[in-house]
Amino acid sequence: MGQQQPLSVPVLDPVTTSPGLWQSMVAVLRRDLRLSVRQKQDLLNPLLFFVMVVALFPLGVSPESEFLREAGAGILWVGALLATLLSLDHLFRFDYEDGTLEQMALQPQPLFVLVLAKTLAHWLVTGLPLVILTPMLGMMLFLDGNSVAVLCLTLLIGTPVLSLIGSVGAALTVGLRAGGVLLSLLVIPLYIPVLIFGTGTVMAAAGGSDVSGHLALMAAILVLAVILAPLAAAVALKISLSAS
Amino acid sequence: MAFDSFNAFILMEGHGPYVWTCYGVFFLLVAVIAWLSVRDRRRVVLSQQQEQARATSPGVSASTRDRTGGFQRIPTTQSESTSKS
Amino acid sequence: MWQFFHKLGSPKWFYGIAGRFMPWLLGLGLVLSLAGIVWGLAFAPQDYLQGNSYRIIFIHVPTAFLAQSVYMMMAVAGVITLVWKMKLADVFVRAAAPVGAILTVLALFTGAVWGKPTWGTWWIWDARLTSMLILLFLYLGIIGLSHAYSDEKTAARAVAVLAVVGVVNIPIIKYSVEWWNTLHQPATFKLTEKPTMVPEMWVPLLLAVLGTYLLFGWVALYRMQTEVLRREHRTRWVRDVIAAGGHSHLKSGGA
Repeated sequence: MGQQQPLSVPVLDPVTTSPGLWQSMVAVLRRDLRLSVRQKQDLLNPLLFFVMVVALFPLGVSPESEFLREAGAGILWVGALLATLLSLDHLFRFDYEDGTLEQMALQPQPLFVLVLAKTLAHWLVTGLPLVILTPMLGMMLFLDGNSVAVLCLTLLIGTPVLSLIGSVGAALTVGLRAGGVLLSLLVIPLYIPVLIFGTGTVMAAAGGSDVSGHLALMAAILVLAVILAPLAAAVALKISLSAS
Repeated sequence: MAFDSFNAFILMEGHGPYVWTCYGVFFLLVAVIAWLSVRDRRRVVLSQQQEQARATSPGVSASTRDRTGGFQRIPTTQSESTSKS
Repeated sequence: MWQFFHKLGSPKWFYGIAGRFMPWLLGLGLVLSLAGIVWGLAFAPQDYLQGNSYRIIFIHVPTAFLAQSVYMMMAVAGVITLVWKMKLADVFVRAAAPVGAILTVLALFTGAVWGKPTWGTWWIWDARLTSMLILLFLYLGIIGLSHAYSDEKTAARAVAVLAVVGVVNIPIIKYSVEWWNTLHQPATFKLTEKPTMVPEMWVPLLLAVLGTYLLFGWVALYRMQTEVLRREHRTRWVRDVIAAGGHSHLKSGGA
């Protein structure tokens, strides 16, 4: 035809057609939760590990109520810490291996938002069950009701911090062959303050003092971790992805 | 001098073993740092000197200088395929 | 001043300038540190509380200060690597990390041995020794991570991220360990009491600290030069240096 017809091309505007931040976070969260539920073994392993590690202390040291009562908060905290460490490898590795992580990095949504969603899913699946198991184990370690309550509170605030800090280490080591042990080496020094504040709070509560200040401090650490850790993990993920 | 005699200096009123162990380990580890650094330097320099010697040794003309990065072609059949260079 | 940073992008310029500074660092460092140590060992007066064992301070404090400073320097170098992608920053981290780790071990060892005549035990879980132990773990993590990556560029950036994350945590770790220590310290006496220092004591200490810092500067530059030689081995100027024997100073003055 001689006439010049303007070509009508559908305009795909990435700003309006791609999902918003909240939607993408929820999508990643639901995906990770669904995947975790399908791999039930991954759900159970950290929990079983937690219970077994806690059982090792009466067996290895002393089953006397005096020792266990004094050491109980620390034993449960260390057990939770180790169980979280064990489960961190799964956070990014499967997605890294099948290419999903690369796709996530290419999304228009900032990577740290998606990382935050994945870490939340990780905590819901590992940290939260640990907190739910704690009263039963606390009773087995002769901890009194008040101590168990405060312990659960500190773990409730602390395990997300463990997942968040751990996500940075997992992001740094996701592409490495011997990543697992190295991950522990990198992350444990960073866990130490959380451990100290968590157990210190329980001890203060056992001594009768008011722990709202301690809990506020732990909550402040959680807020700091929520803001900073996904950013650092996203940077680390981009580095790991660029190496492959 | 804070000490009356050399003997007193060594003994340090009973604290001698602690003080001298610390200083001994200090100088030992400082020497270890120095030795490690010098060893690394020697290794790097030596390996590159060898590489230079190999590249410029007499009898090696530019055309036969190793362009394959050290790989040797092992003849697998009687008639080698020339498309493999 | 920005010219200095631009020039630092050139490994060859760095090699030359390092070679010119190094003799001064070594000479002055040796003089100051040996002067401080000899003065402190033989001439400084006894401490009225701790007797002669406090003389360990003249190597404990320099190594402890350096161990912490070197980590800070590595973190700054990490930021430079991530933001400006300057290769020399990563060269510094590779060179300094093992030295920092050994310095931390020294600080721990001297601190622990000092504890025996002072508090009666070889090891004590007090705030400073425990913080130093955690610092050692942080160093070992950096060294471990740098060896885990096969690609140098990726390793540089990963180590940089870890160093920055570590340095952000250091004040939190220090605060938490000190707080933890107050929870568990026996009420009898304060275990980390420093001796009160007269000038005859703190002047040699200052000399020792300054001297050790200068010596660290020499070691760092020397190791960085080695790393530069390794990385830039294909360049003409490195070939010339190697052919001349691999010395630290450039013949031409290196611009």
